[in-house]
Amino acid sequence: MSNILEVQNLVKQYGDFTAVKGISFDIRDGEIFSLLGPNGAGKTTTISMLSTLYAPTSGDATIAGHSVKQKPMAVRNAIGVVPQDLALYEDLTARENLIFWGQMYGLSGKSLAARVDEVLEQIGLTDKAKDRVKTYSGGMKRRVNIGVGLLHKPNLLFMDEPTVGIDPQSRRAILDTVKDLNKQGMTVLYTTHYMEEAEELSHRVGIIDHGELIALGTRKELTRQVGQTETLILHIGENEDPEALVTALKDIDGVLEVNAIDHEIAVITHAAKDVLAPVVTKANERGIKIHSIDIREPNLEAVFLHLTGRALRD
Amino acid sequence: MIKTFLIGIKDLKLIFRDRAALILMLVAPFLLTLGMGLVTGRFSGSSNTGIADIPVIIVNLDKEQLGNALADVFTVEELAELVEPTFSEDSEAARIAIDEDTAAAAIIIPEGFTRSVIPQQGTFDEEPEALQIEVYANPARPTGAGIIKSIVDEFISRVEEGRISGQTAIFQMIISGRITPQQGEQAGMDMARRLEDSPTDNTLAIKLNTDTSGGEAVQFDVLAYLAPGMALMFLMFTVSYGGRSILAEKAQGTLPRLLVSPTNSAQILGGKVFGIYLTGVAQMLILIGASSILFQLKWGDPLAVLTLVLAAVFGASGWGMLITALARTPAQVGSVGSAVMLIFGILGGSFISLEQMPPAVQMVSKITPNAWALDGFTTLALGGTLSHLSTPITALLTMGLILFLIAVVLFGKKNLAQK
Ligand SMILES: Nc1ncnc2c1ncn2[C@@H]1O[C@H](COP(=O)(O)OP(=O)(O)OP(=O)(O)O)[C@@H](O)[C@H]1O
Ligand SMILES: [Mg+2]
Repeated sequence: MSNILEVQNLVKQYGDFTAVKGISFDIRDGEIFSLLGPNGAGKTTTISMLSTLYAPTSGDATIAGHSVKQKPMAVRNAIGVVPQDLALYEDLTARENLIFWGQMYGLSGKSLAARVDEVLEQIGLTDKAKDRVKTYSGGMKRRVNIGVGLLHKPNLLFMDEPTVGIDPQSRRAILDTVKDLNKQGMTVLYTTHYMEEAEELSHRVGIIDHGELIALGTRKELTRQVGQTETLILHIGENEDPEALVTALKDIDGVLEVNAIDHEIAVITHAAKDVLAPVVTKANERGIKIHSIDIREPNLEAVFLHLTGRALRD
Repeated sequence: MIKTFLIGIKDLKLIFRDRAALILMLVAPFLLTLGMGLVTGRFSGSSNTGIADIPVIIVNLDKEQLGNALADVFTVEELAELVEPTFSEDSEAARIAIDEDTAAAAIIIPEGFTRSVIPQQGTFDEEPEALQIEVYANPARPTGAGIIKSIVDEFISRVEEGRISGQTAIFQMIISGRITPQQGEQAGMDMARRLEDSPTDNTLAIKLNTDTSGGEAVQFDVLAYLAPGMALMFLMFTVSYGGRSILAEKAQGTLPRLLVSPTNSAQILGGKVFGIYLTGVAQMLILIGASSILFQLKWGDPLAVLTLVLAAVFGASGWGMLITALARTPAQVGSVGSAVMLIFGILGGSFISLEQMPPAVQMVSKITPNAWALDGFTTLALGGTLSHLSTPITALLTMGLILFLIAVVLFGKKNLAQK
């Protein structure tokens, strides 16, 4: 399998601030590759450099054999871009938007019209195609935003957090679309801060934090880094203070790490069944009410926690 | 090239879907023209084709060459539409008629007027004191009276010209011994006869005179001045709105999206400029068309009007681009654009004729596309043709070109990619 994209030591500085600190990775033909990272990790900045919007401060990337620095036009023809923020003309209809953007990708005439119909079908907006985008729900706008990126059937599609801020149903539809596109042969670079999305979609995941790629591999490869662990998630009452409990839980034999996020306490351990009883006892001793307990297999969240000591979501 | 065109068309489409923008582009100038037209009495006349049949009373007490010539001026076919002369012998009755508002003005040509102007036998070397023609104007009909006054003024200035050149010529001939004083008298008579013939033709020229500027145009059809003034003022809105859309597209992410499509930045910027230009031209043509139909306003030679519109929008677009290149946010363009629109409107003569402004203001007004274009539209409304427009058109094109160049340099320093 060859690489459709190769990133070499990409750096982006905004003044004194380095948003992307020399990241390198490859994307293989035909895979879905996710960049998983919290807000401000540098995902959008990376995509902006790869899509030739910003010139890298240093480093380079080649897409379908073309350097983003040397051959930006060739790169642009090879990629489709779905920006994180909606980039549409709200006073145009969905069809008019698709036609305009198709024209910008050099499509015209009957083939453009046919392609627009196809894309409308794909994003499920055939019936609403004649309504202005400003009358759409957030989820529908997101779908048009994606549709624009698909028009010229790019080999490589960049999707920057395409499911941010929409209802679960639209999100489901978008995730399914991504999988469909991939089945039809499109390579996808997908960024997200939702660990579930990265797990569900990706062949491989790169974890990005503070402008650095801190881990890269398949889900299995990544979770192996955490070791044979399980995570207990304690859901506690809204008025409870988790801090004291966190300290107490760390003293239990067999507990590797404890983290509190809002009203959830994550207890990482080698074997959940061994620590379950002492965890509940400690909570009772402090009069903290546990609403429910989940036991989780190691996941990317745990990997992120393991690598950074922080939760993925803020 | 095609993409530039497509981007421009897209922008034209978008602005015609923006109700607020449409109100400012089309409704506001139209209503303001209408309002100012009402204030100046443009619509109160019985005729809706502008000013016509101005009643004027001519009291010719002179009854000699010049007096008759002036009286004849008002009966020529070319002025038949414009004026409705009646003749009287009684200057007092004529004044009363004006006071009673039965006519716009009375012209009283005093007895001996011709003789006071043209030297007669025996009085050749005296400097005769020229008698005054009186125009007794009706303050209730300022426009009609103004037109009558300007016709008489024009007549007098032609006579003045003829008198001076005629006298000097004859005097020269006597001094150089080429004719005797007696022959000189004969020559003087000939001169007078020529004057008698010529004023008629020359006077007509004021109606056709293409060099006549704003002031007189107002007197002919006030709307021929107001309508282009308002249209040009709101053209400044359109160009700044268009410029604003460049920054708005940046903020709404469509500009970065264009930049990652296989479209280069020259095509994109070109497309935006083309969109602004197209919108400005569409706005002007719609306003011109609407006022032609609804107010029956005569804008003049259609081809020349179109050419002037193309040049005026070019000059104005240059300003729009400059404002955009200097501003950081769409809101800044909006507020600076509105301020510029008003200032240029005032400076460019949209409200008050430039002729009535101090010379310094007239000088400054030359930086506005409004002043040049308004000058051109007035010329055309008075019957001028394309050949009379070379100055305003050259000025507008030069202005546009310089401003575009500055804007492009400024844009080059700006990062259009960054949100
Ligand atoms: N134009 C800019 N100028 C200065 N700093 C910037 C600029 N754009 C982004 N940054 C900073 O660079 C860092 C990375 O931003 P980036 O948008 O790439 O993160 P992200 O991973 O896409 O985050 P999010 O999930 O919020 O979209 C952030 O700290 C951000 O504040
Ligand atoms: Mg982002």
